[in-house]
Amino acid sequence: MTEKPKIALYWCSSCGGCEESVVDLAEDLLTVAAAVDIVFWPVAMDFKYKDVVAMNDGQLAATLINGAIRMGEQEHMAKILRKKSRLLIAHGSCAHLGGVVGLANFYPREALLNRVYQEVPTINNPRGILPQLEAMDSGRKVTLPDFHDTVKALDQVVEVDYYIPGCPPTPELIKEAIMMVLEDRLLPKGSVLADKKALCDTCPRRDSKPDKLRITEFKRVYETAWDPTKCFLEEGIVCLGPATRGGCAARCINANMPCRGCFGPTENVRDQGAKSSSFLASIIDMTDEEALKKAADSIPDPGGLFYRYGLASSILRGKLTPKRS
Amino acid sequence: MSKRITIDPITRLEGHGKIEIFLDDHRDVESVYFQVPELRGFEKFCEGRAAEEMPTLTQKICGVCPTAHHTASSKALDDLFGVEPPPAAKKLRELMYNAFMFEDHLLHFYFLGGPDFIVGPMAPRATRNILGVIDKVGVEMGKKVLDIRKRVRGVNALVSGSALYPVCGLPGGVSKALTEEDRAEIRGVTRDAVEFAKLTLNIFDDVVLNHRGLVKWLTSDVFCHRTYYLGLVDDHDRVNFYDGKIRVVDPNGKEFVKFEAKDYLEHLEERVEPWSYQKILYLKNIGWKGFIDGQDSGVFRVAPLARLNASKGMATPLAQAEYEKMFHALGGKPVHNTLAYHWARLIEVLYAAERMDELVRDEELTSPHIRNLSHHTPKEGVGVCEAPRGTLLHHYETDEKAIVKKLNLLVATQNNAAAICMSIEKAARAAIKGGDISNGKLNVVEMAFRAYDPCLACATHCLPGKMPTMVHVYDRETKG
Repeated sequence: MTEKPKIALYWCSSCGGCEESVVDLAEDLLTVAAAVDIVFWPVAMDFKYKDVVAMNDGQLAATLINGAIRMGEQEHMAKILRKKSRLLIAHGSCAHLGGVVGLANFYPREALLNRVYQEVPTINNPRGILPQLEAMDSGRKVTLPDFHDTVKALDQVVEVDYYIPGCPPTPELIKEAIMMVLEDRLLPKGSVLADKKALCDTCPRRDSKPDKLRITEFKRVYETAWDPTKCFLEEGIVCLGPATRGGCAARCINANMPCRGCFGPTENVRDQGAKSSSFLASIIDMTDEEALKKAADSIPDPGGLFYRYGLASSILRGKLTPKRS
Repeated sequence: MSKRITIDPITRLEGHGKIEIFLDDHRDVESVYFQVPELRGFEKFCEGRAAEEMPTLTQKICGVCPTAHHTASSKALDDLFGVEPPPAAKKLRELMYNAFMFEDHLLHFYFLGGPDFIVGPMAPRATRNILGVIDKVGVEMGKKVLDIRKRVRGVNALVSGSALYPVCGLPGGVSKALTEEDRAEIRGVTRDAVEFAKLTLNIFDDVVLNHRGLVKWLTSDVFCHRTYYLGLVDDHDRVNFYDGKIRVVDPNGKEFVKFEAKDYLEHLEERVEPWSYQKILYLKNIGWKGFIDGQDSGVFRVAPLARLNASKGMATPLAQAEYEKMFHALGGKPVHNTLAYHWARLIEVLYAAERMDELVRDEELTSPHIRNLSHHTPKEGVGVCEAPRGTLLHHYETDEKAIVKKLNLLVATQNNAAAICMSIEKAARAAIKGGDISNGKLNVVEMAFRAYDPCLACATHCLPGKMPTMVHVYDRETKG
């Protein structure tokens, strides 16, 4: 009997949702488990870092890594798994683009640490203690990995072969990615394994989208009610469907909520936020400068909204902050 | 020479963690550190974002318990915008919530913590997982587990948009009404869910309660801490996941305090340790006395066993009968045995299934009136719910344009941080003697945290001791 291909699943700065999506394969998980040997998967199996280190280079057919890179340990593990794997797949928005955790790039590292450990109203920390890379406790040295200055997408620290987009990706996309590897139907390196076109193209409300959208002001979801059958943009609600890759099964739209962009930019678009803002600007139907300003101001926090999933990998990358001395 | 044993990463839980065990000159355990080597900083980077985005943004803290964050956040928005959801919206949220509790607790029993019992604590490590569980209980039963989780997650997708990340939460309600067709579909699922919950309790009976060795562990002092317990209760002091007041009982089971979530700052406080990215919560009015249990220590516990201890019962009949059975079997309330978390969790699975089944029959559930609009200038809001892993609280302050200025999050596992650390330390001391770590002893140490089903945006460290030297001892099991 020939040996089954070995695969690994790992998480970096993540929420565990991508792991849940694998579990959501349900019965298909048994099919996958029958076809491969899962040799490292911390959420579900008891293999340890030492087991990975002991593997030969290139021994793994593929590794799926989810989560962004924020901690020194995550970068270290990403590099080790890259060496051990013939294919490395960025699994989910955070590995693909930096994800929601990449929004931390709007703030300097110190501001994050200070808020969490010194400023929140429940904290009792009169000595201003912060977690330390090396702490001596009664003579024992206990270490923690570094909290990097910024969040990075996976391909900003290691070479990535494929990307499964989404927060989270659908179980179907994950299954298809694994089957692609098993059946040796490899797409060109760097492929994003989902639709090439925008969500708008397959949106269930597509027919209600007028040929020419004309908006004078955007409304926020807390202050308005909307027709659950109509295009959100037609209703004056910001929806990122036109600037976001499809393949998500329109989960948010089907729950009567607008797209927030988790599948990232469409094919051939570098910067999803820039694309979103240029698209929305193009549908504002006004020329008067005052009115234009009012329309622009009706979108609160455009940076946080347009770059919700892709700040770390955008052209901007984040807010410029001083380097640590 | 002293030695150090490292378990890295700890496994079958949500998130990153490691355990460092320092041995003394006799190679017995001197001290233990439970660390979480991660921080993401949601408390800061949610500042500047629009408040209405919080339910879908903060739930990215955890992809295993996103519905808990989504719900606490939606309730914080209700409070922030001063708007009460209509009855149908509350019931839809509660239906979604119980569906989530059901499938999440089952994930723990069959995938994460349960394999230690079903496959066995000392079983080869390659089998201590869901695949080993399926080998043990049979493929047919295994498929039933996967099937009921999938169908109940389907209920969540129907109500909230996505099986994993709900998006339906809005201030004053939800985004989508339920149709009669949806209701009919869900009714088929909830009936099966109740039966499956009963079946799972039977499995627990078979593999744990009828196994003398495991009952010994269940009732052993090694896995036992006398602490305070905290959980949400309804008007009759019964367990409620979605709403209620926070009730705290002391180690003797006497009510210590009962308070509204909005008053949390009067009752809870947290501390920082330089050797962990995790903060540790404790009862403010008792104060931090160190990693110790008992009446005089501010250490408290949350999550299934704590919820049952902090309540006077369950609000559904079958779960109530199981509640009585557990407390009778374990010598009355409160139960301090940590491994009883597994039992309490399955009683909650049954409650969640019964509650779904009640809600799906409710006339009002399909009302088209699912949202009230706010006419209130936002300023501050607090929301609370019981996450699978314990009480979860979101607190937002905004400007008048509903842009978040400050945000505080008390995340479920943070409540258990001190207790998890103490449990690991006690288990390590009992399991490791003379430096012997053969026969799955390190897995026994890991079982001490798995009982809590921790979700590690959290961590802590344990008791200080003597000077160590830096020698890594690798577990024979994991040597290659």
